[in-house]
Amino acid sequence: MSDIVDVETPPTTGIWTTNRAATLGAATLGFILLLGVAVGSLSLGSFGLDADFAARLAAPSPGHWFGTDQMGHDMLARTVHGLAVSLQVGLIAATISVVIAAALALFATTCGRWADALVAFLVDVALGLPHLVLLILISFALGGGTTAVILAVAVTHWPRLTRILRAEILQLRQSDFVLASRRMGKSWAEIGIGHFLPHLWPQLLVGLVLLFPHAILHEAALTFIGFGLEPSNPAIGILLSDSLRFLMAGKWWLGLFPGLSLLAVVLCFDAIGNGLRVLADPRREQS
Amino acid sequence: MTFWSIHIATRLVRLALVLAAVAVLSFALAKSSPVDPVNAYLGADIARAGPEQRALIAARWGLDQPVPAQFFHWLGNMLVGELGYSMTYNAPVIDVIATRFRTSLPLMGLAWLFSGIVGFALGILAGSRPDSWVDRGIRLYAYVLASAPTFWIAILLLTVFSVGLGWTPVCCAGPIGVVPEEVTWLQSLHHLILPLAALSVLGVAQIALHTRAKMVEVMQSDFALYARAQGASRREIAIRHGARNAAIPALTVLFASLGELFGGSILAEQVFAYPGLGRATVEAGIRGDVPLLLALALFFSFFVFTGNAIADIVYRVVDPRMDGKLLR
Repeated sequence: MSDIVDVETPPTTGIWTTNRAATLGAATLGFILLLGVAVGSLSLGSFGLDADFAARLAAPSPGHWFGTDQMGHDMLARTVHGLAVSLQVGLIAATISVVIAAALALFATTCGRWADALVAFLVDVALGLPHLVLLILISFALGGGTTAVILAVAVTHWPRLTRILRAEILQLRQSDFVLASRRMGKSWAEIGIGHFLPHLWPQLLVGLVLLFPHAILHEAALTFIGFGLEPSNPAIGILLSDSLRFLMAGKWWLGLFPGLSLLAVVLCFDAIGNGLRVLADPRREQS
Repeated sequence: MTFWSIHIATRLVRLALVLAAVAVLSFALAKSSPVDPVNAYLGADIARAGPEQRALIAARWGLDQPVPAQFFHWLGNMLVGELGYSMTYNAPVIDVIATRFRTSLPLMGLAWLFSGIVGFALGILAGSRPDSWVDRGIRLYAYVLASAPTFWIAILLLTVFSVGLGWTPVCCAGPIGVVPEEVTWLQSLHHLILPLAALSVLGVAQIALHTRAKMVEVMQSDFALYARAQGASRREIAIRHGARNAAIPALTVLFASLGELFGGSILAEQVFAYPGLGRATVEAGIRGDVPLLLALALFFSFFVFTGNAIADIVYRVVDPRMDGKLLR
């Protein structure tokens, strides 16, 4: 419908001299973050999951950088575990979303006018419900749990990307090599797989990186309001909703640090995605 | 004129179609839930109800009929305004939504206006002097806050202003122990400040970024250069030319962001225990209150779709280039 909504945000230059350098920097940082969380979560084992009642609700100190919670869990360890869960859920959900978007965009552009109208209608419906309401409905339908969250996030994030991909393919349709393949008797389905899809790879990659932080944020939101992962699973959303109970007692570290870590991850992948989008756009002058 | 009537008629048909699709989708989702509605209704009384009583309740709600029949029965009720009965609040759904909407309206409405006005002003300020310190500051704010989860910002605000400084109340829409009818508007305002701030943060950032992008474009345009050559100051150009042009994307984004506003209000209301529509949605979902959940889904999608449609129309009205037919 209103394609105008996807107004481009400017690339994140600033203190970086070039976008290439900025993107490379952000990508390196993102990779280190991913690796750190993965290795950290694996090597921590059950540290941070086992209770230590000697050190309950301790403020941040050299021993516990992020403090401890009501069970004496080290919050740093819990945050790392939580990020690992979030990254996992976000990655799987974003990948499924990208696949859905690509499939729908190809379907809309190669299967005739009715297919196009149908996809446009689906996009309208999906954007017509606030994301969070749809997320609540879906995880209600699936009865909660990790799979429900992944599926809910996956099936709510494709509409924007579908629109972008569709517009991209519509431009491709006019190009000479596509017309030539048509004349040589190739079907639209063959052109879709053989020509459109390879052209979309950069867009798909950028889409994946940009969807990833959104997926993480929505997972956290869904978990926070109590629809997502099991309370035993220390996802960031659960850490934050737990922190509400001790907020009145002035235990500020319970909420501050997990949220800050989440924000850091989201910002980092946002920067990578926006940088990649500019780099992947051949029509754009590279600074 | 005919163009507009056709345009609006198409919009209405699409609205009806989208609402119908949302109805089918939500109903199907609610039906496929493993949560048994009878169990959800009984709650703690579950041990005291025998199989006969359960069958009686199921029959009373039409749960023994095939699903399509249930759907059309429900849809028929919806169309005549019979939204059903909310078990969570023990009141007709329509009453629940009406009371909650009255509580939510100041929160969402003010957050919406605030996002528009502050976001636009910040965007103009940043865009009129690209890469100045003001611009960098505003951009940093916008980028960081546009990515921060709303509920986390709400938690931080609560920590600082309610717990740390004690300036604002911790929860709810009025003082504890006071019936909603007796809360003065000053008290309401006092309870509104923090949720409002949490909810506006995201909107302000988005509007500011979009306005800024447009402003930068205008300030680099030929007509801005020409105005400069004629002796207009930077500020005059920003106000005369920049603000007018930048108003289009700002308005569009503002109307198209209703969905995010509702989503944000669910989270903000959850943190501040603010008894509005968002909190009702969460409660309905958690307790398996299907009639309320379905009615809320339709209610929200009506507003979001209308907002999107208005965004589209505003775009055409404000910018005549969008439509050749209007140039005649």
